[in-house]
Amino acid sequence: MLSAHGLTCVRGERRLFAGLDFEVGPGEWLHVQGENGAGKTSLLRMLVGLMAVAAGEIRWGGEPVRTLAEDYHRELLFLGHHGAVKEELTALENLQLSSALDGDELAEREALAALHRFGLKGREELPVRFLSAGQKRRVLLARLVTKKARLWVLDEPFTALDVKAVAMLSALIGEHLAGGGMAVLTSHQAMPIAGGKALQL
Amino acid sequence: MNAVLAVIRRDLLLAARKKSEVLTALFFFVIVTSLFPLGIGPEPVLLKKIAPGVLWVAALLATMLGLNRLFATDHVDGTLEQMVLSPTPLGLLVSGKIAAHWLLSGLPLVLLAPVLGLQFDLDGGALGVLIVALLLGTPLLSLIGAIGAALTLGLRGGGVLLSLLVLPLYVPALIFGAGAVEAHISGLGAGGHLSLLAALLALAVFFAPWATTAALRIALE
Repeated sequence: MLSAHGLTCVRGERRLFAGLDFEVGPGEWLHVQGENGAGKTSLLRMLVGLMAVAAGEIRWGGEPVRTLAEDYHRELLFLGHHGAVKEELTALENLQLSSALDGDELAEREALAALHRFGLKGREELPVRFLSAGQKRRVLLARLVTKKARLWVLDEPFTALDVKAVAMLSALIGEHLAGGGMAVLTSHQAMPIAGGKALQL
Repeated sequence: MNAVLAVIRRDLLLAARKKSEVLTALFFFVIVTSLFPLGIGPEPVLLKKIAPGVLWVAALLATMLGLNRLFATDHVDGTLEQMVLSPTPLGLLVSGKIAAHWLLSGLPLVLLAPVLGLQFDLDGGALGVLIVALLLGTPLLSLIGAIGAALTLGLRGGGVLLSLLVLPLYVPALIFGAGAVEAHISGLGAGGHLSLLAALLALAVFFAPWATTAALRIALE
């Protein structure tokens, strides 16, 4: 279970939010809402440990994430604005190397299945450079299928996706939650996924 | 360990797709070292005297060429964030990146140096010492350079700052590296210089990934 206690974010001289408390349990997801610049991405980066917490604490299963460090990272999948997708490599290579970075061995068959699920059949061996913005997003999102993580932290996952892909991704998040997973995501769209809590920044 | 190999494999694969970056540094090394014999003329004694210094200075500058891109592309496309969030400690992954940098920019210099050394009338023994010195010295250049690259990550005009930061730190490598070849030519034996170079390398292998990791964490904040 992920919980935040009295979380405060300071960027430069400005205080973006203060005293934030929330909990996300198995099967639940948190919809972080707010205007542009409200600190949504900062909150997400704090949750995964990329940004220092000005005040307050984040706990995973009751333990502070700072002390868990690598054990926390194993349970976590963070997909940010930038894809971590290399333009010169193919979709397949990108996916396999991302998995290897997590210390997992991803069989080609599994990687291909994940890419096919995201509608990239026939594009697996093409350098990502030649794909459209939406397709690049799909290559990135295919990691949701290949990495077994209990907590998904997704920053604007629906950006650049078409209607079909949005429905598919929503279904995928639904499956993840049904399996006892947790998710924290930012989005300006309303999302038809059960078990959601809203957090207004 | 798997993750470290993956980092090395990815960087080698990326370099194979973008060959120009690696080749530019190599051609730079070849051309700079070839300009000296052409400019000075056929004076074997003088050429032999300046050979170690010229080869080493060219190697330093060639290593510098690609250094500011060591972490820059990973920073821009979010790969660095994923590396921080990997279950493998960041220090190990950074060591993988440094190893890949040496394989791409250091090792080719080691292999080319004896061929280029022939232009300076270096004999077999001196060439051997040159190879050993470069084998010990070029990883040192990659390790120290990585600290500089991490410290200047995301800064505007970081490239120039990087040179100002890193080149002074390369001075010990230059002194002992070039000194080893000179000592061999003058008959003193290169052992002392090479031992010092190896000691520096051992120290850098231990501390540089750690310092680089700390600098990267600051850059990502």
